[in-house]
Amino acid sequence: MQLFPCPFCGPRPETEFHYNGEAGNIRPDGAQVSAECWAGYLYERSNPKGAAREIWVHATCQEFFVMERDTVTHQLAATQTPGFAEHAE
Amino acid sequence: MTAFRLASGGSAIDRARRLSFSFDGRMVEAYAGDTIASALLAADIAVVGRSFKYHRPRGIWGAGVEEPNALIDVAGNRHGAPNTRATTEPARDGLITRSVNASPNAAADRNAFLDRFARFIPAAFYYKTFMWPDWHLFEPRIRAMAGLGSVDPDWKSVGPADQINKHCDVLVVGAGPAGLAAARSASDIGKSVILVDDQPHPGGSLLHRDAEIDGQPAANWIDGSIAALRQGGHLVLTSTTAFGIYDHNLIGLNQRHHDGRPDTLWRIRPGRIVLATGAIERPLPFANNDLPGILSADAALIYLRRYGVLVGRQIVVVTNNDSAHEVAAALAAAGAEVTLVDPRMDSRLTVSANIRRLGGRTVTTARGRMRVEGVTLDDGTSLPADCVVVSGGWTPTVHLFCQARGKLAWDESRAAFLPGDPVDGITVTGAAAGTVALSEVFADVAKAAFGVAGTSSPRSTGPEASGAIMPTWPRAGAKGRVWIDYQNDVTAKDVELAARENFISVEHLKRYTTLGMATDQGKTSNLAGLALMANITGRTVPEVGTTTYRPPFTPVPLTSFSGALGGELMAPVRRLPLENMHRAAGAVFQEYGGWLRPAHYGGADAEAAIQSEALGARRSVALFDGSTLGKIEVMGPKAAEFVDFIYYNTMSTLKPGRCRYGFMLSENGVVFDDGILIRLDEHRFIVSCSSSHVTAVHARLEEWRQDRFGRDAVYIHNATADMATLTVSGPKAKALVAALDLGVSLDDGELPHMAIASGIFGNEAVRVARVSFTGDRSYEISIRADRAEALWVVMQEAGKAFDAVTIGLEAMTLLRAEKGYIVIGKDTDGTTMPHDLGVDGPRQKRGTDYVGRRSLFTDVATAERRLQFVGLRVTDGEALLATGTHAIAKVEGSVRSQGFVTSSYQSPTLQRPIALALIERGASRHGETIDLQHLGILRRATITGPCAFDPTGERLNA
Repeated sequence: MQLFPCPFCGPRPETEFHYNGEAGNIRPDGAQVSAECWAGYLYERSNPKGAAREIWVHATCQEFFVMERDTVTHQLAATQTPGFAEHAE
Repeated sequence: MTAFRLASGGSAIDRARRLSFSFDGRMVEAYAGDTIASALLAADIAVVGRSFKYHRPRGIWGAGVEEPNALIDVAGNRHGAPNTRATTEPARDGLITRSVNASPNAAADRNAFLDRFARFIPAAFYYKTFMWPDWHLFEPRIRAMAGLGSVDPDWKSVGPADQINKHCDVLVVGAGPAGLAAARSASDIGKSVILVDDQPHPGGSLLHRDAEIDGQPAANWIDGSIAALRQGGHLVLTSTTAFGIYDHNLIGLNQRHHDGRPDTLWRIRPGRIVLATGAIERPLPFANNDLPGILSADAALIYLRRYGVLVGRQIVVVTNNDSAHEVAAALAAAGAEVTLVDPRMDSRLTVSANIRRLGGRTVTTARGRMRVEGVTLDDGTSLPADCVVVSGGWTPTVHLFCQARGKLAWDESRAAFLPGDPVDGITVTGAAAGTVALSEVFADVAKAAFGVAGTSSPRSTGPEASGAIMPTWPRAGAKGRVWIDYQNDVTAKDVELAARENFISVEHLKRYTTLGMATDQGKTSNLAGLALMANITGRTVPEVGTTTYRPPFTPVPLTSFSGALGGELMAPVRRLPLENMHRAAGAVFQEYGGWLRPAHYGGADAEAAIQSEALGARRSVALFDGSTLGKIEVMGPKAAEFVDFIYYNTMSTLKPGRCRYGFMLSENGVVFDDGILIRLDEHRFIVSCSSSHVTAVHARLEEWRQDRFGRDAVYIHNATADMATLTVSGPKAKALVAALDLGVSLDDGELPHMAIASGIFGNEAVRVARVSFTGDRSYEISIRADRAEALWVVMQEAGKAFDAVTIGLEAMTLLRAEKGYIVIGKDTDGTTMPHDLGVDGPRQKRGTDYVGRRSLFTDVATAERRLQFVGLRVTDGEALLATGTHAIAKVEGSVRSQGFVTSSYQSPTLQRPIALALIERGASRHGETIDLQHLGILRRATITGPCAFDPTGERLNA
């Protein structure tokens, strides 16, 4: 079982966390967004092998954060909060 | 009589404490400290089981976890388990054990004839033969004949297993010389240590091999080391198997207790793991090498030194390495007539110290039927023997290292895979790392991890083993049946067959022949199998490679993994504050979305109770516990902007003190939740979402808050469990609420439908909301959960004057269906969008962005043939439509689904069936009569609007 660092609570077992999607999948606002662009936001994921930036939530404290980790070795690189920065204009 | 108990000796047993147990119906005498295996050997019971496939007689091979043959079923709840290794199962007084895969018993098995047909049923025989017409025709009989132990269906755990989580600086697996030395040196430099060993006594090989450490007998050094560790506050766990290393070096331990308690599961996160797991002795490849009476040389020494059992009187020791020489000497010294066969020795026959030494030769065949009677050497010499002990070299126990993603490196001189490049946080040392001589082991430990100045490592001052070996592998084309995997009955010929049929990849070899797939996971067999495959295919052993090592190292009882999680604790229900009162009122409880709620009250006939509750609610007034309704508070300067974005409907125009019904969508446009939003003041809202969605809605709100609006702009608090919500609904609701005297004006001008008011009950503030899920005038009264009981008592009392009924969730669900109010997830599915439910306004008119908006304008969302929400009125009698019934249409001769029934009830008010459905283009087909079909039954019904009762909504204000 992996040990994830919640920015709010510290290291906790992975079963307390939920994966919440790829980091940097920025929502295209508005009704005029092209179907292709919107479909990309909804469904297209890079599913990287190796280094990945992901958004996770610590279910017990509801903290959403960005976690950089390796999907092959399961090594953790960094976590940061908030993910909010990626959406601010 | 061949194997027997010596008059003295045996460090593990207590000769003062006799006990007896039964094996295959026969009483076996033993001493406290014996294993089942040592007691069976002492009683000279040679055949202890039958093999998996051919029902060959099998005897004890080893003395530990590697045992492939001696599997037994143990009866009873306290110690009972199928397929237990006799070599690790302690003998207990009164224990009832039996051999596996044998009927009536191991000595006389009626399926033994199968072995005579063995040449016709090689590896993959079943795959090739029972293909036609269908494997499942043959499967039951084949499964009954094959297989090992049987599960006792009446077995019950004596209690939940403990599960313990723990941290330490250093966890040492294996309390042999390397492990003990590593634990002590870690302790010396101030680390916290946990030392685990799968045997009941620490010491590993030092318990039976000759050694002297720091000038004293090894036993003294073991005891001193354990005492020092315990004194230092470190944890020493015996009878505990480290069965798996998981992500981030979490290590799982299963601890056995010898007092009948269920095993204990430990989850440990050490700073560093030291693997001192030792090595496992390999068999030698010669024909009939599986006969009872042929066993591992190391095991023979263990039975002699630890249990005082001499495994035979006329023993042939066959070896390709030095480790068995010590065994030969010990067996001879104990009185056996010993012949040592080692191809590496000079071919002249020498005799000394009661040992005949035959060099330059090796064994090609063992003779005997039910037990070994002799061996034939490669020069044709025939030797009589009642026991053959063999050593084919040592396989380092690298399972845990490999589970932690360690890669192995082949060492030709030691003929073994050794740990390759180091893995972060893991040190492998001792025999597991290929080190054999004690002084080298200690030097290795000192160097490996904790050899800092100031610590002194132990010194070996006695005899030392040598690792010298001449690799001996099975060869292709050898005569007779050379067994590789004892437990799964795989011979060298099976491996040759796999190679001929091109299953040469190690993973294919494994699955085609089942090599290493038995409960022992090939601890004694894997290497011989892949060495043979390498030989046949002209590759080296590392080129063939190993299969993947996976946890668990040895079988772990499921009770350990489940722990206390079972029954009610498996998925604990959430409970209402008023549960006891509902129980007293005769409520029948069911779980709804994780909550335990009254389904209905009283009555053995559930349907009659539900109908009567619903009817009462329409006639007079109903009391209903709606405490599970979501109460998520949204606060802050951007709260209004936030709820506008979250909801499909515009919410910022809502006035303080008012409520609005709305949908939440997912980003794919599908309706995710529906419910009431209450605006308390300018910057404060309450999201009253569906009971079963509260957790998910809360998470979504937090996500958008943290990821879009900012933590300072909005604050969210889930107050669902803080307050109880008690609902009064029906024509006499207003009168009943008035009687409660909550200090709230119930005048419809001041408290109209979809408005809230603050009141007081006793000293407690209450919130009264006029919202309705029944279609009747309703008041939802919310109060602090711990004060709800008093209010409920008063409501029940006041209700008597109005002929009030208390209703459960089933009646409530019926009442809402009469009104055509949806339940998300029941009346909608994963494709339903708001306009399918007839709520198209926001989609057409809203100018601001909201969750899921863009998805409502895709080709799919605007397609003509969408399933739309409608009511159905049956036209062919009085029978209910089954929920899930499909609307059907004939298209070009074939029947096609046009949607399905989502809710269906008998309406007591209307006295006819009602149904809700999602029907293709349903909104534009009102009045049309359609065909429906369910499990072959054809029905007809007319499409109507969803609302079957009071379509003008007059009763909301009645």
